[in-house]
Amino acid sequence: MIIATGNHAVSYGVRAARAEVIAAYPITPQTQIIEKLAELIQSGEMRAKYIRVESEHSAMSACIGAEACGARTFTATSSHGLAYMSEMVFWAGMGRFPIVMAVVNRTLAPPWSIWNEHTDMLALRDSGWIMMMCESAQEAHDTTVMAYRIAEDERVLQPVMFGLDAFSLSHTAENLELIDQEAADGFLPPLDPERLPVYMDPDNPVTFGNLLGPDKMMEFRHLIKEAFGRAKGVIEEAAKGLSKATGREQHGLIEDYRSSDAEVVILAMGASSGDCKDAVDILRDEGIKAGMVRVKTIRPFPGDEIAASVRRAKAVAIVDRDYSYGFGGIIGREAASYLSKKPLNYIAGIGGRDITVEDFRKIAEDALASAERGEPGIEKWWGMRGLEG
Amino acid sequence: MNKAKKGRAKVALSKPSEGASGLTGLWRLRRPVIDPAKCTKCHLCWLYCPEGAIARGADGAVWMIYEYCKGCGVCSEVCPSKSISLVKEG
Repeated sequence: MIIATGNHAVSYGVRAARAEVIAAYPITPQTQIIEKLAELIQSGEMRAKYIRVESEHSAMSACIGAEACGARTFTATSSHGLAYMSEMVFWAGMGRFPIVMAVVNRTLAPPWSIWNEHTDMLALRDSGWIMMMCESAQEAHDTTVMAYRIAEDERVLQPVMFGLDAFSLSHTAENLELIDQEAADGFLPPLDPERLPVYMDPDNPVTFGNLLGPDKMMEFRHLIKEAFGRAKGVIEEAAKGLSKATGREQHGLIEDYRSSDAEVVILAMGASSGDCKDAVDILRDEGIKAGMVRVKTIRPFPGDEIAASVRRAKAVAIVDRDYSYGFGGIIGREAASYLSKKPLNYIAGIGGRDITVEDFRKIAEDALASAERGEPGIEKWWGMRGLEG
Repeated sequence: MNKAKKGRAKVALSKPSEGASGLTGLWRLRRPVIDPAKCTKCHLCWLYCPEGAIARGADGAVWMIYEYCKGCGVCSEVCPSKSISLVKEG
């Protein structure tokens, strides 16, 4: 057991996964991840090539090139860095390069902000990447290793990005159980370049990314759709496998917390889910049957799994730390399309504002009261303060 | 189009070959024409042509491959002896 920040937990996960090429550009609050990796490589604790690049766009380009040469690659970014990288994020997704990336979730400016929000990552949800969100440093560490197993599985072969909340997870030091290297190696076999969709073999030269007309594009896109269909099973399988390898409970698509007999279920995501669990426990002690479902995987979206977990609840409160302007909370709206009853959508924690245990408790009570009054499908911006002062 | 090896996920790949992107000469608006009398056989045009659409003979003479030349004019621009002129396509 060591003490490590969420960021360093990711770096140690990358070491355990034996990533071979790391190309990254620093940005608050991601910097610690790549600083630690540079340190591990410099000290000889990790055998990898670290490519210093001039931008996030180049970081992802370098990862694509390295992956095409058969190397296991890693990068990490955040917010504006991710936005700058976004063209190459699509190249990696549509090109089916099994790259793994950590995204430390941060608000996009203006006004300038370094604090937590999930909108940066969610804005890229149609880029062909598998997307996951972590709750704790431990989960960030374990998910790093799990991500490679999912990405490189021959039934999937799509890149994986996973999010960790700025500061509340990235910079908070917690107890961390490092994955035993032997267990990691058993769980995650070396990358087989021959299995890669694009493998740059000098003896058999190919061009990737050439012009493709409308006569075949749809068919290639449909292959990606099918890969995402298979990914659900692969993710659950990987979670089970890693649970066995580590002796720690791992979550694949969702985490179900005391929701089976709950009257009110909160759908939460990311680091604040821990506070949500505390709120559930407090409510249970007060005699209110509360539960939580945590979205671990965003793409492929676990809509059916969420629907099954909340089907008996009177009220479903979906907390979004993100927003799609002119539409609603992103997770709230996506989940709603799978639910028979309209959920309540709470927009909270925008721009890094805390979502406390007390907030979750009040949200659960508010949702229950709204459901009893028969007010379905309401969106509320939680804890608004006014602009004065 | 290369249908990747069996057991591999398929992505769109192409094999390098002459004219893999079709007859790009059809895009041309201006045709580069070499004046052999002025050409010093320095081969700068051959080196700069972004499409590999200039050929060299054993005697050092160069000529345009009009099937693929897009008419960008780089050859004319870099020619030190000003022996490549751009003629408007009919």
